[in-house]
Amino acid sequence: MNEHIVKSFDEDLKKLDNIIAEMGGMAEVQLADAIEALIKRDTDLADQVITSDKKIDILEHEMDGQATATLALRQPLADDLRVTITALRTASLIERIGDYAKNIAKRSVVLAQSPPLGPTKSIGRMAALVQGMIKDVLDAYMTRDVEKAAAVRARDADADLLHTSLFREILTYMMEDPRTITSCTHLLFVAKNLERIGDHATNVAENVHYLVTGDLPADEREKSDASSFTLVETE
Amino acid sequence: MNDSATNETQAGTDAAGDEKVKLLSRGVKVFYGDKQALFDVDLDINENEVTALIGPSGCGKSTYLRSLNRMNDTIDICRVEGDIILDGDNIYDKAVDVVHLRARVGMVFQKPNPFPKSIYDNVAYGPRIHGIATGKEELDGIVQTALEKAGLWTEVKDRLDAPGTGLSGGQQQRLCIARAVAVSPEVILMDEPCSALDPIATAKIEELIDELRENFTIVIVTHSMQQAARVSQKTAFFHLGYLVEVDETEKMFTNPSDERTQGYITGRFG
Repeated sequence: MNEHIVKSFDEDLKKLDNIIAEMGGMAEVQLADAIEALIKRDTDLADQVITSDKKIDILEHEMDGQATATLALRQPLADDLRVTITALRTASLIERIGDYAKNIAKRSVVLAQSPPLGPTKSIGRMAALVQGMIKDVLDAYMTRDVEKAAAVRARDADADLLHTSLFREILTYMMEDPRTITSCTHLLFVAKNLERIGDHATNVAENVHYLVTGDLPADEREKSDASSFTLVETE
Repeated sequence: MNDSATNETQAGTDAAGDEKVKLLSRGVKVFYGDKQALFDVDLDINENEVTALIGPSGCGKSTYLRSLNRMNDTIDICRVEGDIILDGDNIYDKAVDVVHLRARVGMVFQKPNPFPKSIYDNVAYGPRIHGIATGKEELDGIVQTALEKAGLWTEVKDRLDAPGTGLSGGQQQRLCIARAVAVSPEVILMDEPCSALDPIATAKIEELIDELRENFTIVIVTHSMQQAARVSQKTAFFHLGYLVEVDETEKMFTNPSDERTQGYITGRFG
């Protein structure tokens, strides 16, 4: 698309993208650090994640201001309107992803005080999948790539399946050794946080679709998270 | 209970888009001498809807608007081809009485242009020349109703003898709307009716347009995208004499189909 006749309008819209890029990059680092803190039992790193979350919050406020100003002063229409609305929505999704990373870091501090648990390894696997989703959806956002966004959306089913299997695995651990209930409960929440992060990445993917095409994806997303229906029988 | 049921039914009919085409254009071409200003315009204007015509200066939107009540007839070198059908009647038919047509299809202009007469006489002018009122009492009623419809009655009812030109710009424009409304037209054409008005006067006109829509079909030319977005149900985009795209206003301003529309409404036109 051509540039705007008023050049500063292009700059304003570019600023929205820049904030998303910065927030997204931070959220990626926050999640990677939180998972590393969990797996390596590094409480210093966990503390660092907990304090750094503020930076994402500050950027979200910046987005609120910038997007509101763009709406009020530029009165964007058509794709400009979609860029502005999508930036606003995406910023709040990324902020939530940051919150989940922070929560994982908090739980990792508690988990570091008890003996290591087997399912932590599976958490690592699920985290890798979700991190890939975040990276790709942010790329899709910056390059306005609908195909790539659709691929991220499709991968959410894998994240859901991993979550369900982790849920069963952790419950089994608890039943075998009730002394692990405290740590396992924290681990369950970590798994749930990762599953929610996957959902948010999917929401961003749907926003990318709207941003580019003006419509939401036509097909219903496949729901594969069966953890809400999972029952592990005692022997 | 019964009332609410009836209301629901009515709302349902509205939502279902029970639209009736009031003004139908097919293959409309307009020439000024050798120069063609409008190319093959096909456009349906629905009854009791506001249709906004947008596009850059010289795109043909005002030319099209003026062809809807044969205002172009006043320009010697102007020639119109194609069909413009108002309720089944071709308005370019030889048998059509142009004065009567302009009573059915009224017009409000960019700059308020009240006659140098009293407020009362401005509004009474049309009904008088068309012989609509039979006596003073009936004429008084028509003038009051028209001024009420134009949202001006309470502001001027104590000074109907004062000159229309003494009103503020916004009031003058509403007086012109009252003047158009007084002859009970079916369609009202508005050519940038707010471009000379401040935001408050503009808001009053826009509110008025929304009310008038209940009884009239409105076609408005505007250079303000926001105004088109606020007042209209359908928006038509003209460019270089062609009707490029027409659609639901909401669709046009969030996700237009044509790249030229997108370029124009987002301010990217070269």
